[in-house]
Amino acid sequence: MALLEIENLHAEVGGKEILRGINLIVNPGEVHAIMGPNGSGKSTLAGVLAGREAYSITEGAVRFKGKDLLDLEPEERAGEGVFLAFQYPVELPGVNNQYFLRSALNSVRKYRGQEPLDGVEFLKLVREKLNILHIDRELMTRPVNHGFSGGEKKRNEIFQMAVLEPQLAILDETDSGLDIDALRVVADGVNALRSPERGFVVITHYQRLLDYIVPDFVHVLSQGRIVQSGGKELALELEAKGYGWLETDAAKPELVTA
Amino acid sequence: MTQTLKPREGYVQAFAEFERGAAVGPSWLTPLRKAAISRFGEIGFPSRHDEEWRFSNPAAIAETPYELAQTGHGLRMTASDIASYAFEEMGGTRLVFIDGGYVPSLTVIGKLPQGAVVGSLSEAFAAHHPAIEPHLARYAKFDTAFPALNTAFLSDGAFVYIPRSAVVKEPIHLLFLTTDAGKPTVSHPRTLIVAEENSRATIVESYAGIGAGTTLTNAVTEVVVGQSANLDHYKLNRESLSAAHVATMQVQMAQQSVFSSHSINLGGSFVRNDANAVLAAEHIECTLNGLALIDGKRLVDNHTAIDHAMPNCNSHELYKFIVDEQGRGVFNGKIYVREDAQKTDAKQTNQALLLSADAQINTKPQLEIFADDVKCTHGATIGQLDPEQQFYLQSRGIPKAEARNLLIYAFASDVVSRIKVPALRAQLDAILLSELPRR
Ligand SMILES: Nc1ncnc2c1ncn2[C@@H]1O[C@H](COP(=O)(O)OP(=O)(O)O)[C@@H](O)[C@H]1O
Ligand SMILES: [Mg+2]
Repeated sequence: MALLEIENLHAEVGGKEILRGINLIVNPGEVHAIMGPNGSGKSTLAGVLAGREAYSITEGAVRFKGKDLLDLEPEERAGEGVFLAFQYPVELPGVNNQYFLRSALNSVRKYRGQEPLDGVEFLKLVREKLNILHIDRELMTRPVNHGFSGGEKKRNEIFQMAVLEPQLAILDETDSGLDIDALRVVADGVNALRSPERGFVVITHYQRLLDYIVPDFVHVLSQGRIVQSGGKELALELEAKGYGWLETDAAKPELVTA
Repeated sequence: MTQTLKPREGYVQAFAEFERGAAVGPSWLTPLRKAAISRFGEIGFPSRHDEEWRFSNPAAIAETPYELAQTGHGLRMTASDIASYAFEEMGGTRLVFIDGGYVPSLTVIGKLPQGAVVGSLSEAFAAHHPAIEPHLARYAKFDTAFPALNTAFLSDGAFVYIPRSAVVKEPIHLLFLTTDAGKPTVSHPRTLIVAEENSRATIVESYAGIGAGTTLTNAVTEVVVGQSANLDHYKLNRESLSAAHVATMQVQMAQQSVFSSHSINLGGSFVRNDANAVLAAEHIECTLNGLALIDGKRLVDNHTAIDHAMPNCNSHELYKFIVDEQGRGVFNGKIYVREDAQKTDAKQTNQALLLSADAQINTKPQLEIFADDVKCTHGATIGQLDPEQQFYLQSRGIPKAEARNLLIYAFASDVVSRIKVPALRAQLDAILLSELPRR
């Protein structure tokens, strides 16, 4: 069964149609990259999948492991195994990172019918994941994302992903603003989770990240539609040509067939 | 006008009866009581036309025929009756008052340094304790209605005396309970705390209702903080939903003293707190913080007044209101900086989190500055839960209601995290994280 099936998805915000008929299938084990210019609807798609309230779905369907994803609350989607690494991770002053993460983990465990982890087990897990991502333990004592640098925020997203072990991870421009070392750390975190059961949707602006997280498929989103799909070579092509051709609709990249 | 006449006369009459019966105490108290009731007789209750009561109309209090609570009831109560208010785990000393009367059988006196006294005012009167006459009713003015009534009906209360250089490690809990008498009753709890030079102590003053009686608690607390003394004070209000609570805390501070108070308001239908501090010498640190959780149709009004009379003193105020349903919060913060009070540093912050469309907050900073070399800041913010924060938590698997609790908790955290009594903090944590959101 496909992990994620998006069928003719239309979504609007404030009466403005942003997604205009998206079709996408992600099978277990696959990594899909979604590229496209600013404002093309990448974050909207990610938000719709994670359950952000602001959007109204006007047409189409999304199934996750065969279930109607759009019918679930955001926390139920997380329980089912959907994870979104936010383009702009939200600051939660006054919410301790460790308390937050333990609540999150035990909530999804409860949803999945697993026993909650006690303090000791949790800390052991956390320590292990922190090491993989080269994150200082001190970060756990701070309020979630509050006062974090841009890079720390992005790494914290991947750290949360590593702890929650989702089946489908959507990374929304996790690479933007990262230097090459931080980028490697993020990519290592993702690659460590890659498995035949998991799927990834990696939204990015730049081809650079895809050198480290090598995708199986690359899609180009423009004005709310996937206008082009291909293999990883498409990313290189886009890097060379830019997105100018989308506006003119003239010379599409040649490597088009998936 | 005729409306306020009747209840006013009721109190004056009740006073005459009180004088013939329950009004025990030293002879010097008699003229004070008489002066207080005659003052009340002149002015009666405030109305909402009174600037100080603009947003919290005291008419319902004025119109309710409260009778002076009978104190016999409390003497029959057992430890299990009061267990949920007692903070057993706090250790230390606990004084219990029920319906205004001292209950020795439920009181626990822990280990205290030599010369320290924690007991009832009536015991202290009988013992002619030397700290009573110079301090009792000397700071809390009775020129307004509620303190006047409290002073008129003063016969017992709590007395805490920490002698010079004494350190009391465990908290001293002053527990004031009311019971349901089947008719509206009023009690006038009175507390005097005297911390002598260089002493240290932690005081928790807590008020709660057993049952759902129509009660008015009209409290006055006087606090004297001696030179270089350090006093950590908490006030916890867990009165019942049919209770009105009006309280004045008057703090008198000496040179280099440190006083910090946290006022935590979780209960009561109508709650008015006046916290006043006089910084009467140099190098004083005064902190007044507050947290109110207000739901239903409840009202919590926190008035503060910090009087910087002398140079080189700091004051900090942080008041937070969490208001849900049709709850109402009021904050009025006065800061006076007198001509002599150069190098004053006063900071006042007031923040409200409104959880429903009908929730209300009225906030008014009032800075009166007569010195030129001072730093005085005030800030007020009003906000709502951030849907993006809520979504972020939910997207990590945390259910909506729990996410909401967590954000409310986060809002309160910079007040809660300053509470140094673990038992108190634990209870607040539990309430904030589980009980508060009912929807
Ligand atoms: N909450 C919103 N209200 C109004 N317009 C929005 C909102 N969110 C996104 N948009 C609009 O939707 C379009 C797509 O935005 P977005 O999905 O963030 O694009 P991308 O992530 O590809 O840069 C943009 O034109 C943006 O202005
Ligand atoms: Mg985006």
